[in-house]
Amino acid sequence: MAREHPPKLAVWKFASCDGCQLSLLDCEDELLEVAGAVEIAYFPEATRAVIRGPYDISLVEGSITTDHDAKRIQQIRKQSRFLVTIGACATAGGIQALRNFQDVDEFISTVYATPAYISALDKSTPIADHVFVDFQLRGCPINKYQLIEVISAYLNGRKPNVPTYSVCMECKQRGAVCVMVADGKPCLGPVTQAGCGALCPAYHRPCFGCYGPMETPNTASLSAWWKQLGVSDGEIVRAFRSFNAYSEAFRKESEAHERSDH
Amino acid sequence: MTTAPLSFILESAHLQQLFDALARHGYHIIGPTLGDQAIIYDEITSVDDLPVGWVDEQSGGTYRLHQTKTPIYFGCTTAVQSWKRWLHPPTEVLWRARRTDSQFEILADEQPTPRYAFIGVRPCELQAIRIQDRVFLEGEFVEARYRARREAAFIIAVNCGRAGNTCFCASMGSGPEAREGFDLALTEVLEGDRHYFVVKTGSAAGQALLAEIPHQPAGDAEIEAAAHIIADTSAHMGRELNVDGLRDLLYRNYEHPRWEAVAQRCLSCGNCTLVCPTCFCVTIEDATNLNGDEAQRVRKWDSCFTMDFSYIHGGSVRYSAKSRYRQWMTHKLATWVDQFGTFGCVGCGRCITWCPVGIDITEEARLIRAADNQTVVNKKANHDESV
Ligand code: SF4
Ligand code: SF4
Ligand code: SF4
Ligand code: SF4
Repeated sequence: MAREHPPKLAVWKFASCDGCQLSLLDCEDELLEVAGAVEIAYFPEATRAVIRGPYDISLVEGSITTDHDAKRIQQIRKQSRFLVTIGACATAGGIQALRNFQDVDEFISTVYATPAYISALDKSTPIADHVFVDFQLRGCPINKYQLIEVISAYLNGRKPNVPTYSVCMECKQRGAVCVMVADGKPCLGPVTQAGCGALCPAYHRPCFGCYGPMETPNTASLSAWWKQLGVSDGEIVRAFRSFNAYSEAFRKESEAHERSDH
Repeated sequence: MTTAPLSFILESAHLQQLFDALARHGYHIIGPTLGDQAIIYDEITSVDDLPVGWVDEQSGGTYRLHQTKTPIYFGCTTAVQSWKRWLHPPTEVLWRARRTDSQFEILADEQPTPRYAFIGVRPCELQAIRIQDRVFLEGEFVEARYRARREAAFIIAVNCGRAGNTCFCASMGSGPEAREGFDLALTEVLEGDRHYFVVKTGSAAGQALLAEIPHQPAGDAEIEAAAHIIADTSAHMGRELNVDGLRDLLYRNYEHPRWEAVAQRCLSCGNCTLVCPTCFCVTIEDATNLNGDEAQRVRKWDSCFTMDFSYIHGGSVRYSAKSRYRQWMTHKLATWVDQFGTFGCVGCGRCITWCPVGIDITEEARLIRAADNQTVVNKKANHDESV
């Protein structure tokens, strides 16, 4: 389908590790197709060329951790027709949101020689706390096929096929043996959103929760079962406190066990 | 005089010849084999792929394997997933289309129908296949792909020599003996040094295949040995489900407090529905490529535990875990009866074993019945007082 002006795509970076942007570069076979379907207008990780906004699609990676970034995201929103957050940082605050549970000033004064040079907000927050987000793509990192699906759905005016059910659904579809039932390993799959294709269980590892809470997470029931498997409160806190620590369901669950751990 | 199906003996040493005969006829053999710490049904080519000597132990939310010295081929009970995986696969492309100048053209489906020989189909699983046949083949709409795979399949049932701790086929009338719906049915017998199968034929194709491999008529003692094994299994079911008036029991207990109690534990993860050999629900995903010149429609397993499943304009109808669990259990044990004439449960126990938090359909039914009886008793007591 020939379009007169290919839609303009921009990729923006906030506090993050760049891994999600790299998923786009990692699309190899599909990248040429992406480049053919959209005009890559702003993507510093891949090209120095900059085409001015407004942009049809903005992919936003990373969380908001400074005042400057909090202002920048407002500008980006104004320049973007369809804004998609990509990855756990942008959708939940990322691993850096672990500091949300601690006193940041204390870190700063311990780590930096001249703390006055550091200007950081005391919390790492997801993009949706600051601006309206059209679609949130989960994962740490995101799944490149899901990213292409979201872009493709946007370009073709259809709904993206990105299920919000549990990792268990993909685990069974894939035919993996449940590591929790067959091996007693504490798995976050039942409360985590699908998207990775149940990668870890397929390699005999329990799910780490990279995609954040699924649509109806019953974290309390899962933790209660884990305790029967011999998992301690401290281990439960650590399991829920990773890439998606600051997402509401995981945060509440870790806080509940932090209290009982003391 | 009725002629009972004849029984034959296949010595265990000749079991490989059964595999060879199936392969000669071009079948892909699917049978129990050792997966990641559990028995799975997968493609196998020889008796060595069977989980020889392995025995499973199942309970609510727990599955463990142990190796024994007994050279038993079919010592494990049901595998993680059922034959549904092969007859009604988790994902399937229904059709593809390509954009043309003015419209679009449907691309031809060139997938040949696989010819499966299923070896080790348990009696409850046979019943589950019959139930899915009713769903896919006997309604107003026939599922063409399912029918093609089903008609091409050769089924070798294996009667159960042991019931797992989550099994309740005896309650559901589906086992532990295969009665119909197979080409061949085996009962594995180990007596001292002797190791053989008592074989029954269930179709002309089964008879023809048996004719190609060494076998002999079974004697009374051998038939007796097989019958004894099955009776013993039947007497040692891990679970029990009282099906007496079950449908109406559930219908009149839609507001039972037990639903809320189970909802506290239920993760809405969907495992129970995907491992269930009768659950048939799917979702349809339409997808395009980036430049929109190709499209495909894909069918994927779905579950009544997902929010999308009951999504209609404005939101999900079953927004609470309570309503989702109630939908699942009442479908299995009540509405299925009205819909298809049988229960939607065959007592395989998978939903109990593979539920990550060990929720047990038989226990839930028992607790609902227990409180239902109480209401009846209370009413009666009140009534007695008032008179
Ligand atoms: S291994 Fe984890 S994701 Fe897979 S079914 Fe079990 S609990 Fe769910
Ligand atoms: S409801 Fe449970 S026990 Fe019944 S057939 Fe399905 S998985 Fe097996
Ligand atoms: S129990 Fe749920 S998933 Fe299974 S057939 Fe019924 S509605 Fe479908
Ligand atoms: S009953 Fe068990 S397997 Fe089924 S959805 Fe609930 S937690 Fe998951």
